Amino acid sequence: MAIHSITLTVNGFSEQVEVPSNLTLLQLLRDKLALTGTKNGCTAGECGACTVILNGEAVNSCMVLAVECQDAEVLTVEGLAQSGALDPIQTSLIEEGGVQCGFCTPGILMSAHALLQRNPAPSEADIREALVGNLCRCTGYLRIVEAIQKAGKKRLQIAAGGVS
Amino acid sequence: MNARTSQKTPRPIGEDVPRVDAREKVTGAAQFADDLQFGPGLLYARIKRSPHPHALLKKVDVSRARKLPGVKAIVTGEDFPGFIGLYLQDRYIFCRDRVRYVGDPVAGVAAVSEEIAEKALELIEVEYELLPGVFDPEYGASPEAPLLHPDLGKYEAVNFIFPEPGSNISNHFKLRRGDPEAAWKECAAIVESVYRIPHIQHVPLETHIAVARVDMDGKVKLWGSSQSPFAQRNLIAKALNISQSDVQVIAPFVGGGFGSKAGVSMEALAVAIASQVRGRPVKLRLTREEEFYTAFVRQGMVAHFKMGCDQAGRLLAMENSYYWDGGAYTEYGVNITRAAGYSCTGPYHVPNVRADSYCVYTNHPVGGPMRGFGMPEMHSGLEQCIDELAEKIGMDKVAFRKLNCIKTGDTVVTGMTMHPTGLEQCIVKAADASGWGHKDPPMAPFKRRGKVIAVMWKAPAMPPNAGSSSEVLLNEDGTVTVKVGGQEIGQGSFTIAAQVAAATLGVPYESVRVSGPLDTDTSPYEWQTVASRLTWSMGNAVAAAARDARQQILDMVAESWGESADDLDIVDGNVISYKSEESLPLKNIVIYGLPKPNDQGWIGGPVVGRGNFMPTYVTGLDAQTGQGPRAVVHYTTGAQAVEVEVDLETGRVEVLRGVTAFDVGKAINPELVRAQMEGGFVQGMSTALFEALQLKEGVVQNPSFVDYRIATSADAPGEIQSIIVEVPQEDGPWGARGIGEHPMVPTIPAIANAIYDAIGLRPGAPPYSSEKIYLLMQEAGLVE
Repeated sequence: MAIHSITLTVNGFSEQVEVPSNLTLLQLLRDKLALTGTKNGCTAGECGACTVILNGEAVNSCMVLAVECQDAEVLTVEGLAQSGALDPIQTSLIEEGGVQCGFCTPGILMSAHALLQRNPAPSEADIREALVGNLCRCTGYLRIVEAIQKAGKKRLQIAAGGVS
Repeated sequence: MNARTSQKTPRPIGEDVPRVDAREKVTGAAQFADDLQFGPGLLYARIKRSPHPHALLKKVDVSRARKLPGVKAIVTGEDFPGFIGLYLQDRYIFCRDRVRYVGDPVAGVAAVSEEIAEKALELIEVEYELLPGVFDPEYGASPEAPLLHPDLGKYEAVNFIFPEPGSNISNHFKLRRGDPEAAWKECAAIVESVYRIPHIQHVPLETHIAVARVDMDGKVKLWGSSQSPFAQRNLIAKALNISQSDVQVIAPFVGGGFGSKAGVSMEALAVAIASQVRGRPVKLRLTREEEFYTAFVRQGMVAHFKMGCDQAGRLLAMENSYYWDGGAYTEYGVNITRAAGYSCTGPYHVPNVRADSYCVYTNHPVGGPMRGFGMPEMHSGLEQCIDELAEKIGMDKVAFRKLNCIKTGDTVVTGMTMHPTGLEQCIVKAADASGWGHKDPPMAPFKRRGKVIAVMWKAPAMPPNAGSSSEVLLNEDGTVTVKVGGQEIGQGSFTIAAQVAAATLGVPYESVRVSGPLDTDTSPYEWQTVASRLTWSMGNAVAAAARDARQQILDMVAESWGESADDLDIVDGNVISYKSEESLPLKNIVIYGLPKPNDQGWIGGPVVGRGNFMPTYVTGLDAQTGQGPRAVVHYTTGAQAVEVEVDLETGRVEVLRGVTAFDVGKAINPELVRAQMEGGFVQGMSTALFEALQLKEGVVQNPSFVDYRIATSADAPGEIQSIIVEVPQEDGPWGARGIGEHPMVPTIPAIANAIYDAIGLRPGAPPYSSEKIYLLMQEAGLVE
């Protein structure tokens, strides 16, 4: 198996790694960079637990080869909180009770982040559509949807220089 | 002035405090079993599985596989003669003489990589002699069926399980009460029906995972995604014939369990393989495909119901037979059958009952505990029959249920007296909130709208003496560490433990931590995280431990102040006196004690509170009649109303709205209770509309998320209203009883009855897919 040397940015840090051709981005994150916040639920791109942001887009990291990530920017759940302060998506998810077992949570957070980046004030229907690839067996989704709507509003307030 | 508060419920009981584990779960810090690091010595295991549903195992040749570079260990059934199982020891770790389902483990390999382990599996040669299979529980229970466990009579079983050796019936629960034969003559209306319910899978987002290491001295260490570290320690020790104290199970957060990670399933495989490569950790992680048919599944069932009522609508008799499709091994499933037996009438007062609940071996995947433990399956048909009966006698469906539902002081079907219960309140509140009696018009002319209610009951199903224990440790800064053996599987058990400790001790909630991961060497004993029993049972143990710690603190301070401990209290982390007006923070004194006057030495010492709880009052039931003074610890009851729309053009059933009302005794954390009600409703809805393991001659046809669909964010109803009813449980902490499983119990029949209300056709067995409903309507001439 050919080994490739690639450089990419993960959560703001530049990383240089040696990866075999068949290594997935999920394996790179979890096994080589010890970023185990990103979860493996199916290894088939069907459950969304491994969702990360790759160059601004939410992707299933189990479906992306690491060699494709040369010069890429990757954001994982570990990079969501800025210097210890939780992102509004994280605080809203706690406040609305959208966390139970927590296994789907990192993927949900990343899908929500990508949604709010492209659509800062999503409707309930927008949120439900954006989360359709993120399976959750515990919560029944309603509290997650509410949390994302609330997070969007909080982010807009922060961007406008309002209360944080 | 220090004034005694008259407040009955101390803070933060009944408050919506945030979960103790939320912050770590939203930052990626929370560790699950797959996140633990084991260094370069880690080996990877894969399992050679039977491709046949039923066959004799003639030969397993591992010689070629053993030669593959990178392979470190190969094990087969030859290496492990011991049986394993929770209620009935009917299972070997690896098959020895016979395979009984597609996926039955035949051999296990540990190698330096998953790829090499996988390659080694291909080199293992297995010879089978195929046998006819059993794929239907009623056929399996008949004398014509081939015997799947000829040694059933030799298996060790607990004393409340009744196998019938010489048949495929591994448990037969009988209930006989009154005289149904005579009662049928008194009935003004009788309904008879047969309902089937398919196998489904729990689908936790985290698949099963276990890492085992067996040290050179034979001690076993197991890290896993587990609801039951103590049960695993016990059963694995027994199967390997070693001491429980030589098995250590470490269980971090569980990424969804729903019952599938209770008892022992694949964990024993990892331990067995690791025992052949001592000192090396061996990791076994089920693929999503394996999760669908080699982990526990929810049993299928065929239920025959007959029920009748008098002219006034009073239920007079029931005659129910439940044939459970237990699968290849029923070590856990036998108790599901029992639970359905002693709860066979549903939450109704019925004077004349004959019920038989059979656990039947089949060549299907292994049935095991799943959220509801037999109750969603049983209520599914039962509540549809009740609906039909109410209609037949011409009564309002809510009025019929109110009239017949079990009430405080009633004699329930096993002879036990019903404890205080708020079922009637739940029915009334759910009906009112749903706008009972009024139906909005459908949103389009090609849609039909339906609205109904369904009710449920469920008791914790467990051995009579399942126990809990806890320790409460105080730290230098006055903070508190609570140790429990009950698992956090998403339901919020750690949060409840923290609230109970904070309230009992008199410290702020924010200063309480719950110790994790669970570790059988250092965590106090807990039977299993199942049966919705933790808030009640573990909650009692935590309260007892916190009371013990509190008393130690008060005694020490009382001695120091020369006062009586009865005049002291702990409020907001400070010891106060109602007599002398003294006050002292817990900081430091809970570790270092207090100096005696005049430098004459010290009193006190590090505070460690200990507590336990075990129900002592549950009695046995007569093997022939199912009668006994106290069958269970308690029943949680509730009602659910749903409103659906059926699309005549596509057959699609849309759940517009759900209302759930459950009697939880006391909501320690109302938001967590509501979260269970919502999540359970959607899981129940998912099983009603989408889910079934499609089995063909024992082969699961749809073991992936593409072919086995669960509810997504797009499917969740627009609104779920959750109503908390609180009729206190006499022996629960502040009156609390469990709620984890119950919300999904009435959802299938509620949706089925709503479909009937909408289109006038009973949809039968779930899932109620668009295709199924469309064909049903077509057959009935409702659509062209």
